Amino acid sequence: MLRFLACCLVLAALSAHAWAADKQTVSIAYLEYDQDTRYSAQRLEARYRLQPWGRPFAGAELGLKDTRFPLMSAQVKLELNHWLEASVADLVKTVQQQAAQGTQFFITDLPDDVLAEVAKQTQELPIMLFNVSALGSALRGQQCQPHLLHVVPSWDMLMDALAQYLVSQKWREVLVLAGETPADKTLKQDFLNSAKRFGLKIVDERVFTLGRDPRQRTQNNIALLTSKADYDVVFVADANGEFARYVPYQTLLPRPVVGSNGLVPDWWFWSWERHGAPQVNNRFVKYNQRLMTGYDWAAWLAVKILSEAILRTNSTDFKTLSDYIRSDEIVIDGVKGASQTFRAWNNQLRQPLFVTSGDAVVARLPLEGFLHPVNNLDTLGVEAKQSQCAFAH
Amino acid sequence: MPHRIRNLAYPLLLAGLLPLSSTLHAATGDLFVSLEKDNAVLVLDGKSYETKQQIAVNEQPRALHFSPDKKWLYVACGDGNAIDVIDVAQGKVVKSLFVGEEPEIFDLSQDGHWMYVSNEDDGELTIYDLTQEKVAATVEVGEEPEGVLVSHDGTRIYVTSEVANMVHVIDAQSHELLANILVGNRPRRFALTQDGKTLFVSNEIGGTVSVIDTENYTVTGELSFAPKGFRREYITPVGLQLSHDDQTLYVTLGRANHVAVVSVKDLSVQDYILVGTRAWGLTLSQDGKTLYVANGLSDDLSIIDTSQNKVIRSVPVGRVPHTIVIDE
Repeated sequence: MLRFLACCLVLAALSAHAWAADKQTVSIAYLEYDQDTRYSAQRLEARYRLQPWGRPFAGAELGLKDTRFPLMSAQVKLELNHWLEASVADLVKTVQQQAAQGTQFFITDLPDDVLAEVAKQTQELPIMLFNVSALGSALRGQQCQPHLLHVVPSWDMLMDALAQYLVSQKWREVLVLAGETPADKTLKQDFLNSAKRFGLKIVDERVFTLGRDPRQRTQNNIALLTSKADYDVVFVADANGEFARYVPYQTLLPRPVVGSNGLVPDWWFWSWERHGAPQVNNRFVKYNQRLMTGYDWAAWLAVKILSEAILRTNSTDFKTLSDYIRSDEIVIDGVKGASQTFRAWNNQLRQPLFVTSGDAVVARLPLEGFLHPVNNLDTLGVEAKQSQCAFAH
Repeated sequence: MPHRIRNLAYPLLLAGLLPLSSTLHAATGDLFVSLEKDNAVLVLDGKSYETKQQIAVNEQPRALHFSPDKKWLYVACGDGNAIDVIDVAQGKVVKSLFVGEEPEIFDLSQDGHWMYVSNEDDGELTIYDLTQEKVAATVEVGEEPEGVLVSHDGTRIYVTSEVANMVHVIDAQSHELLANILVGNRPRRFALTQDGKTLFVSNEIGGTVSVIDTENYTVTGELSFAPKGFRREYITPVGLQLSHDDQTLYVTLGRANHVAVVSVKDLSVQDYILVGTRAWGLTLSQDGKTLYVANGLSDDLSIIDTSQNKVIRSVPVGRVPHTIVIDE
């Protein structure tokens, strides 16, 4: 704020005595993995689409700030403890130690494989893990755990959002370019499943390679990769975004690029101007001097979910809170215009999604006309009947 | 931004020229509509609904209030970080007041001395002295304060926090927080009965309206809505308007594109009136016969005949109409 506020500020009539009595503390442990390549200096600098642009811990801190006021009047204090560990074994040890000392809520910013292992090895503990950065569909499928809740959407939800948009535009014929890493292949498969679900036609599938080797030009030259076929759009499956960045405007035919670049599905966007999102984005920028991504949003929301449960149940008891968080009663306000709840069959948070260009939300999904017998948000993601998740209990 | 600098010059030119009460202003019956995306307040003839004038204001005009003598129209300009003051007779902005960042909703004391403004980005209520033209105090509240309402006797200020899901009750004299009342999710706007005892607050994401007893600060009831063909997630109540006899509460239901007509006596919904897209702001004519509704996503007003609860006309106004006030 550049303007000078010409007056005396009588600040904060938050008389201390009103809040002091019977204060209870609820601890959240926030877990990070030291070797998480998503946060390498190079990747952060590149700011690829749909990738974190900084550690989402900043989002959790904003959540703590946003919930401070209502929790004060409930005489509960939330505490956020930050842990950075170098291995699965260390992460598991930290969870066990923290749980033994009374921490029951954890926010995990871990890669898919690490999170799957940590969740598996801590499933007996009376704790709840909020996943704020791993998008793998398997974590919500075969690898699901009853104590692992997913605030970020899964790749299959994001691909459903994209496919729903493509079909509504009648851009049905898709050329698929996919990388060779396991993550790229999984992403491609998620898209193929969504394409089938929404009735898109796959014209061809081609493999791309990062690099400039002329001997591999059919796999690293975009014009060649997109030749000898006709299509409405080019879908790129590139889990880290480095290749996808250079596909738009280089295709042989003048067609839109979708997937990992061009039109990208997302679950939060810095320029979304509705549902109160600008205020959250502005607060985030103010404290962190960078734009807020979906990962930051998820960490922010995880803290808000816990606070909402504490306030509505008027309790700090673990079972009361965890039951309420999973119930259909809870109203989770993710500032995306609909109240949200967790899907009982895989602990995934239901939510509206976006498809985005570089600087705008092109559409919010589900689109009008995509209906579901119970909740239209369930047109995005795996349904109860198809779910491969079978909770142990 | 050039226009902001332009407006900063006004206080210098006109300092001290705004008397609190002045000669009576003859009511024109005109409608004033703030247009968030056109950075303008539109003036419509109250009978023909023809556009009479478009008054340029600072960025993102939202809440509107007349001064008690109807001489001035105050306009909260969120992105413009100002309350613009329109001289109603001249039809133009004559000064801009700095009342803290991102003013969204505000209310005035009945004597026009105090202005209470929610600053949505700062988690603060600003108390502004209109006679001295300066900020008298700021009170910290939950994040994203929105609805602001002064009790009829001027002793209490009610403020909603969209993030804290609370209604804050502030003592207008001492500026102390008297109570924080937990209501539904994302509380937005208020309506208060004439006797000051019953306060209604709309919960946008909760999909309900909470009923608050202002004597002991408790929630005594909750209204819910079920217009035909809309699921719970579309029911996002925002605007509240009581009829002048306190018998009827009109509630705009946001994405459910309806206005609910509620009987205050038994809190039952009597009717749902289909209006435009994302209805938020609404206002009732003095004779209670006409209800005006601003549809933010269809860029028009729905004009309702309250005797038959039917839209008799819809009038295109411009981009994202927010608030409607009537000079009558």
